Amino acid sequence: MGLFTSRKTVFVDSDILVIGGGFGGCGAAYESRYWGRDLKVVVVEKANIERSGAVAQGLYAINCYMGMRWDENQPEDHVRYARNDLMGLVREDLGYDIARHVDSSVHMFEEWGLPIMKNEETGRYLREGKWQIMIHGESYKPIIAEAARKAATEVYNRIMVTHLLMDKTRPNRVAGAVGFSVRDGNFYVFRAKAVIVAAGGASHIFKPHSVGEGMGRTWYAPWSSASAYALPIQVGAKMTQMENRIVLTRFKDGYGPVGAYFLHLKTYTENAYGDDYEATWYDSIKELVGDYVDHQPVPTCLRNHAFLQEIKAGRGPIRMVTKEAFADPHKETVGWENFLGMTIGQAVVWASQNIDPKETNPELIMSEPYVMGSHATCSGAWASGPEDYAPADYQWGYNRMMTVEGLFGAGDTIGGTAHKFSSGSFTEGRIAGKSAVKYVSDMGHGAPQVDEAEYEALKKAVYQPMETYDVGRNEIVAGTVSPSYLLPIQGLQRLEKIMDEYVGGTSTNYLTNEPMLTRGMELLGMLKEDINHLGADSLHQLQRAWELHHRVLASESVARHTMFREETRWPGYYYRADHPQLDDDNWHCFTLSRRDPGTGEWAMEKAPVHHIID
Amino acid sequence: MPTFVYMTRCDGCGQCVDICPSDIMHIDPIYRRAYNIEPNMCWECYACVKACPQHAIDVRGYADFAPLGHSVRVRREEEKGTVSWKIKFRDGREKNFVSPIRTTPWGSIKSPADYDRPSQDALKAQELSHEPEKLHIDALPALPPQ
Repeated sequence: MGLFTSRKTVFVDSDILVIGGGFGGCGAAYESRYWGRDLKVVVVEKANIERSGAVAQGLYAINCYMGMRWDENQPEDHVRYARNDLMGLVREDLGYDIARHVDSSVHMFEEWGLPIMKNEETGRYLREGKWQIMIHGESYKPIIAEAARKAATEVYNRIMVTHLLMDKTRPNRVAGAVGFSVRDGNFYVFRAKAVIVAAGGASHIFKPHSVGEGMGRTWYAPWSSASAYALPIQVGAKMTQMENRIVLTRFKDGYGPVGAYFLHLKTYTENAYGDDYEATWYDSIKELVGDYVDHQPVPTCLRNHAFLQEIKAGRGPIRMVTKEAFADPHKETVGWENFLGMTIGQAVVWASQNIDPKETNPELIMSEPYVMGSHATCSGAWASGPEDYAPADYQWGYNRMMTVEGLFGAGDTIGGTAHKFSSGSFTEGRIAGKSAVKYVSDMGHGAPQVDEAEYEALKKAVYQPMETYDVGRNEIVAGTVSPSYLLPIQGLQRLEKIMDEYVGGTSTNYLTNEPMLTRGMELLGMLKEDINHLGADSLHQLQRAWELHHRVLASESVARHTMFREETRWPGYYYRADHPQLDDDNWHCFTLSRRDPGTGEWAMEKAPVHHIID
Repeated sequence: MPTFVYMTRCDGCGQCVDICPSDIMHIDPIYRRAYNIEPNMCWECYACVKACPQHAIDVRGYADFAPLGHSVRVRREEEKGTVSWKIKFRDGREKNFVSPIRTTPWGSIKSPADYDRPSQDALKAQELSHEPEKLHIDALPALPPQ
């Protein structure tokens, strides 16, 4: 008897299935229950929702809060901010929608028990910057998870969702998902009327700076394995802006964030010789991107670009000047607690290297690229906009529904909506949750039906790496080198090398061109074939195998989008060396892709950017 | 900094296994105690360190770039509502920090189903749960139809 045949199949029926229990998923669960009192709402999570997703470690700031009650900002202002930072290209309809709702989410967080710091003079939330408020967020995720657990009918932890299921009675309609339990090995078939993908973006698709033990200290969590993209791509949902990877300027090695340092502590950067360097590069940036360099605040990618040019000119390392700020004991405490609340590893790096920022100005570095949809970047699925004002060509159904019927998304999954961060992702989950309830209420009879042949075939495919390992391991004496299978880590390192060397990683200074992309895609093609021969010696390695499948599919999408956009829109994120300038005449647009689930062929197109805010 | 587990403190309860977001804390089949099976997939998030009732889990900075001799220890106390940190530098200097983690009792969040059932008309409108009240402004902002 083959190994996979001994795996039990567990069926879970629901009205609304939420995939991923991070901030997007928790918001989706909460809102689905609020509006759908009689509906069955199921959350399925790869880890444990108590500490899962990008906020597992905690956060020290909420980076998306308007403060409309104090007239601090209006939603329009946030749209202008995000549009400016992304060099003109955001889904303004979706961004406005998050911004108009986000304050209510933050007020709920405070009511639930999240400690939000207060400005003692005004009594308002303590501002770190125009959009950011400061929190004691060690338990941010457990608090939000508590709300989600109360809302959901059932939460299934430790189940890795590998594929979505499509309706057999109607084309292009979702019917559920399949996955496996990383604990007992059972196969799960989730049958649902609506599915909300709220999975994570992508770390570890580009080679990280540290490749030994430290490879786990990526900026974005190592468990963010691109399921946010792979699940929709597999079923033919259209994706947008997948070329818009992000590179972060961070404290060296620990990737400690710089936001509080710049905004609240008023620290600043200088080159190795104590000079301010950003102004040095003004003229050359203007030649590349024109007037965008004059926008305020200076877009994140352009500041990266100046940093990178300065390093290339031989005037690194770049340091953050902390000595002055840290002379103030309050600021010193904020500086340390900022890391302890969300990037503990940075505190460890400094402790280990005797770096006390009171006495030493610490080094900064530019990270490897990441693909995600909630920070200063907006890769993700192409989604329908809010019913009350979205332009006609941005509306084909329910708010946050993708181009597959009944398939919704939130957080990293949804494209075009930069700068949503934790609170905006939760809010987008709420929007998607309410929409999914509407969709299910309108459905009436004729609920989707899963196809037994489809999930049985997937069951065989899902466990294949264990079968492959079991057979192949007897061929060799011992060790990790087999002619018959690749271990997941081996496939992952090949992927990271291809993406790094051909698609704009650190080893080429984030540079690529058409011939490099062509060669990279040839190698990705072979990797795609080879990952049909992954070997997994345990359920844990089976999880790694499917994470790799998701990363490879998302990477292919990134490479194709990068090839399609023949300009350098975001210097400092990546460079098309064969099209080094920003080209608004031809590329002031979104890039869209669709992979045909039947043939695996990709089709690319442009979609207009509608500026609905002045 | 990947985690490691002290042999004499771990009793094999499995709380770290249950919480680890990366699924890398596993029980060793021979010693029946936990260990980190995949240090290069550890984000040093400290979820396991905080969850360990025996304080058996510690971290040693990533060998790639962290010289030895440091420690960053944590104690998370839900009843007190605090998290306490002790940072020890390689050269022996120490820093201590304490922060609040929650202002309400654990388990006190109300289910959304405990609020009045919303109307069908409200379902069709743009307001989300508890809006506009929870926005603390008069009405949900909107743009004119395009």
